[in-house]
Amino acid sequence: MTAATTVNGDACALDPGTTVADLVAERCPSPRGVAVAVNGEVVPHSTWSRTEVAPGDVVEIVSAAAGG
Amino acid sequence: MSDVATPATHEVAHPPDPFTVAGTDVGSRLLLGTGGMTSPESLSAALVASGTTLATVAVRRVDPATRHSLVDLLDGLGIRILPNTAGCFTATDAVLTARLAREAFATDWVKLEVIADDRTLLPDPVELLAAAEQLVDDGFVVLPYCGDDPVVAQRLEQVGCAAVMPLGAPIGSGLGIRNPHNIELIVERAGVPVVLDAGIGTASDACLAMELGCSAVLIASAVTRAEDPARMAGAMRDAVAAGRAARLAGRITRRFVAEASSSFEGRIDSSGAADGRGGAGG
Repeated sequence: MTAATTVNGDACALDPGTTVADLVAERCPSPRGVAVAVNGEVVPHSTWSRTEVAPGDVVEIVSAAAGG
Repeated sequence: MSDVATPATHEVAHPPDPFTVAGTDVGSRLLLGTGGMTSPESLSAALVASGTTLATVAVRRVDPATRHSLVDLLDGLGIRILPNTAGCFTATDAVLTARLAREAFATDWVKLEVIADDRTLLPDPVELLAAAEQLVDDGFVVLPYCGDDPVVAQRLEQVGCAAVMPLGAPIGSGLGIRNPHNIELIVERAGVPVVLDAGIGTASDACLAMELGCSAVLIASAVTRAEDPARMAGAMRDAVAAGRAARLAGRITRRFVAEASSSFEGRIDSSGAADGRGGAGG
């Protein structure tokens, strides 16, 4: 059994070839104001569509929230 | 015709007094936090009433259920985003959060927050300094939220922070400025703007911060959790303007006893004496 990919704390079984752009499209109404880190490194917006996520990767997808 | 006299009012021209951070004219000396508001509508109303030009946002995992965009709301009002690293307990988390914010919001400005525990929310000076140094090296404009310790503030400036943001009291406490003397010391020694951050409870606290020489104040809870946030935002705007003007005007020295503002010269004396006892009147 392969390790799951962790996306925002949830273990996800992803199709092979899933990219960062795919993950963002599923979760965000707009990619504006969104940033992604894979394994603690920021993935620039310009490379989302060619960055595939692998089993075992830890993905963080963030945007603005109200805060002091 | 009315008998009520109308005093002549003239706007006195003062030299420009821009609030500059890292060579950028920020605009308003009142920075607003966006946390704690009940609706986007009341947040908008408070932002507008405050006159702010720079507002903080937190960086959090996306919530697919959220429909409104804070970025769009701020953009629509022409207010710049100052991302924060709220909720980070380590330099590592704060640095990654800042890098994510730079990517998400296309700004290299960051309000750096590294807290020690979730009861006091007090800054951890060791982690804060490490994160500040790293982010300055990465080209960020770093505005660190720090304690009111003048030594820590100086160390943050030495590693290249563009401002220092000492607390008046713990975040959300509304206790005002607990140690005005420390804030004055920080201001006196700082070569970068000092922004009073955290602890402000009401307008007089914001005014005092400016009177002590702070360049600006950052307010969140005192506005967003007020009964009428927009009205409090307007009060804070006025308080910051009044405090700044008073600072620039130069307050009088505190004295132990009275000093008369009216001369005693030529006052009447019912005993007919040519001269009174000397001195002066109030």
